[in-house]
Amino acid sequence: MTITMPQLGETVTEGTVAQWLKKPGDPIEKYEAFVEVSTDKVNAEVPSPVSGVLREIICKEGETVATGAPIAIIDEVDVAAPEPALPVAASAPAAPAAAVVPSAPVATNGSSNGSSNGTHAGNSVSNGDLRRFSPAVRRLARAHHIDVATLRGTGTNGRVTASDVIAAANEGPSAAMAATILREPVPAAAAVAKVAPAPPAGTSTYAEPLPGTIVPLSQARKIIAKRMVESLETAPHAWTMVEVDVTKLWRWRAQEKDKFLAEKGYALTLLPFFIHAVVQSLKKQPLLNARFTDEGIHVARDYNIGIAIGMETNLIVPVIRAADALSIGGIAVAAGKLIEKARAGKLGADDLNGGTFTVNNTGANGSILSKPIINGGQAGIVTMEAVVKRPVVIDDAIAIRSMMNVCLSLDHRVIDGTIANAFLGDLKRRLESMKPGGDL
Amino acid sequence: MAVASPSTVMNNVEAVRHTLYEALKNDERTLVLGEDVGARGNVFLITKGFIEEFGPERVIDTPLAEASIVGVAIGMAMEGLRPIAEIQFADFIYPAFNQIVGEAAKTRYRSNGDYTCPLVIRTPYGGGVRGALSHSVSIEALFYHVPGLKIVAPSFPSDIKGLLNAAIDDPDPVLFLEHKKTYRLVKGEVPSGHYTIPIGLADVKHPGDSLTVVSYGLYVHQAIEAAQRLAAEGLSVEVIDLRSIRPMDRTTILASVRKTHKLLIVHEDNKFGGIGAEISAMVAEEALFELDAPIRRLCGPDVPAMGYALPLEEEFMISTDEMAETMREMVRF
Repeated sequence: MTITMPQLGETVTEGTVAQWLKKPGDPIEKYEAFVEVSTDKVNAEVPSPVSGVLREIICKEGETVATGAPIAIIDEVDVAAPEPALPVAASAPAAPAAAVVPSAPVATNGSSNGSSNGTHAGNSVSNGDLRRFSPAVRRLARAHHIDVATLRGTGTNGRVTASDVIAAANEGPSAAMAATILREPVPAAAAVAKVAPAPPAGTSTYAEPLPGTIVPLSQARKIIAKRMVESLETAPHAWTMVEVDVTKLWRWRAQEKDKFLAEKGYALTLLPFFIHAVVQSLKKQPLLNARFTDEGIHVARDYNIGIAIGMETNLIVPVIRAADALSIGGIAVAAGKLIEKARAGKLGADDLNGGTFTVNNTGANGSILSKPIINGGQAGIVTMEAVVKRPVVIDDAIAIRSMMNVCLSLDHRVIDGTIANAFLGDLKRRLESMKPGGDL
Repeated sequence: MAVASPSTVMNNVEAVRHTLYEALKNDERTLVLGEDVGARGNVFLITKGFIEEFGPERVIDTPLAEASIVGVAIGMAMEGLRPIAEIQFADFIYPAFNQIVGEAAKTRYRSNGDYTCPLVIRTPYGGGVRGALSHSVSIEALFYHVPGLKIVAPSFPSDIKGLLNAAIDDPDPVLFLEHKKTYRLVKGEVPSGHYTIPIGLADVKHPGDSLTVVSYGLYVHQAIEAAQRLAAEGLSVEVIDLRSIRPMDRTTILASVRKTHKLLIVHEDNKFGGIGAEISAMVAEEALFELDAPIRRLCGPDVPAMGYALPLEEEFMISTDEMAETMREMVRF
């Protein structure tokens, strides 16, 4: 049966094959995960709807196709009766003579080429990874009118070597011409050609970037880039900040945190206190828990608070739903679970959808002042900066207090400074009135 | 047609000794001078018995003064003799640097051709013999930069004879490098009679198709052994013995790279600014579009000297296994 790109979330229209967990010829059990798909919202392993053998991979890793588009074919057979695809796939690497045959003619050789599909899919993947050619390969290819992209490399990791070009040239000019001409109408390749850009020269990874190289954009990085630009371009950002004395709150938390961790299994950080206060203040200023549209300002029914979590290579904002229904302790547990899932890469679409306002704990990294970009479709984002001890004037006396800056970026289309400052003032009062003995 | 000359199997020490002896015997302008070349007969016994046969005027024991050895030899050469000076170990050549670079190499140019300096400076170099800091050094790169100076480093007995004869015949100064580890390790046929091998001509010692390896000295022998191992695995490697370091045989190197499309340079001297750097640059300039892989160099590490401790020496020297593995990687690249 033909497997199609699943719809992972109600608004999702396309998906990217992140990784094939099975290769052609592999047996698959029903419900066994066989491919990992990523969308702009979520990464998910897709379970097989049937038991059988993976006959053909239609959509290669890194390719993005519309939901419903075919991505693979699974033969619904008993696992005990493997397809002839298996022996073919196994013998291909051992046949050096086949190695220099241009891959395009192979693909179009037979009209019913089920048994050769396994090897062909494998080749395409390794060729796609290696689009850089040595000076010798380029010169020889030009001299012999050979399209290098059609060759199967025999070098390390499938690199096309000078010998491969010479071998192809020795097949005769007709073979070389055929390779060039036949490359065009390969239907499978054409269908997915709009993605899979050639990797640029000299690449490295986001985790280990090397000077002078290009770091290819991951799906997540593309989405972050797009969202950030969209938000800054559509929402005129205004920014304001208050100082909050969290001395008493800090003490309260210190008294409770060990017991909380022992009882609930999650750390009691400053974040749940802060989110709890933010929700209360949002209730007083519902226009900040809202979204600007051309038909009007949609004031959200729920208080779904997104928490920004910085990962090694990207940023993710899972959502605490109906935060107004949770106690401080309840928020701590909910946030702890989301952070756990985020670090494990297990966040699902439901964890990421529907945020109405965002809290960013920038202080966790030591920042005392930041200017956040609003999460698209919301009216504001508030940060909690690092708690630092500072001399503060109280009743004409100087005292050492634990101070925290709270910064707010707001969509100036939705609200003006008056409401923003009313919100921050209320938030400040709430945080400063939190003290030992309060209700967790 | 000449009848094929009978030949004798010699090691490298015997090849040097044999060639020097023939030179002293056949050309009265020739003489040898250096530390311990007379009564002691050279520390490797290369000139043993020479002083008895040719006398102290042609086999001169000098003081421990390398600048004087070369300086005196330069004067002799400019006045018509054919001195063959010896620096006991290449490690001791530094005091003579000024004489070699500042005087010998510039004699022809400075005198506008009125004077030449037909001088040979022989010296054993190289490590791998537990020679530690002052008996292991490679010096070729220090002199390589100097126009007017020829440098040869043959490591096969027949090449030693042909190139030493060519060096003695050459009208200009030649630095003649003998890798001391090959002295008694390497044996081979040496044809009888006087013959020369042109300075500046490399030799393909092991033909192959998939990778060009350029080396000289001790490592040529290891490279050949590695290439033979790879041949047994079905991988074809060409090993070029540079023999002459300057002038460099660009033609042979480029012809080979045009065939194999890959180049590996192996030398014992330090990597930075070494002979391999010049070969790499030359190939990149002349044959970039022949290259199917990055040029690689297997060279001595950039440390001040070769240590005495065995692990330090082994770390400095390149093993045949390491060469073979690098060759494999490059052939398969």
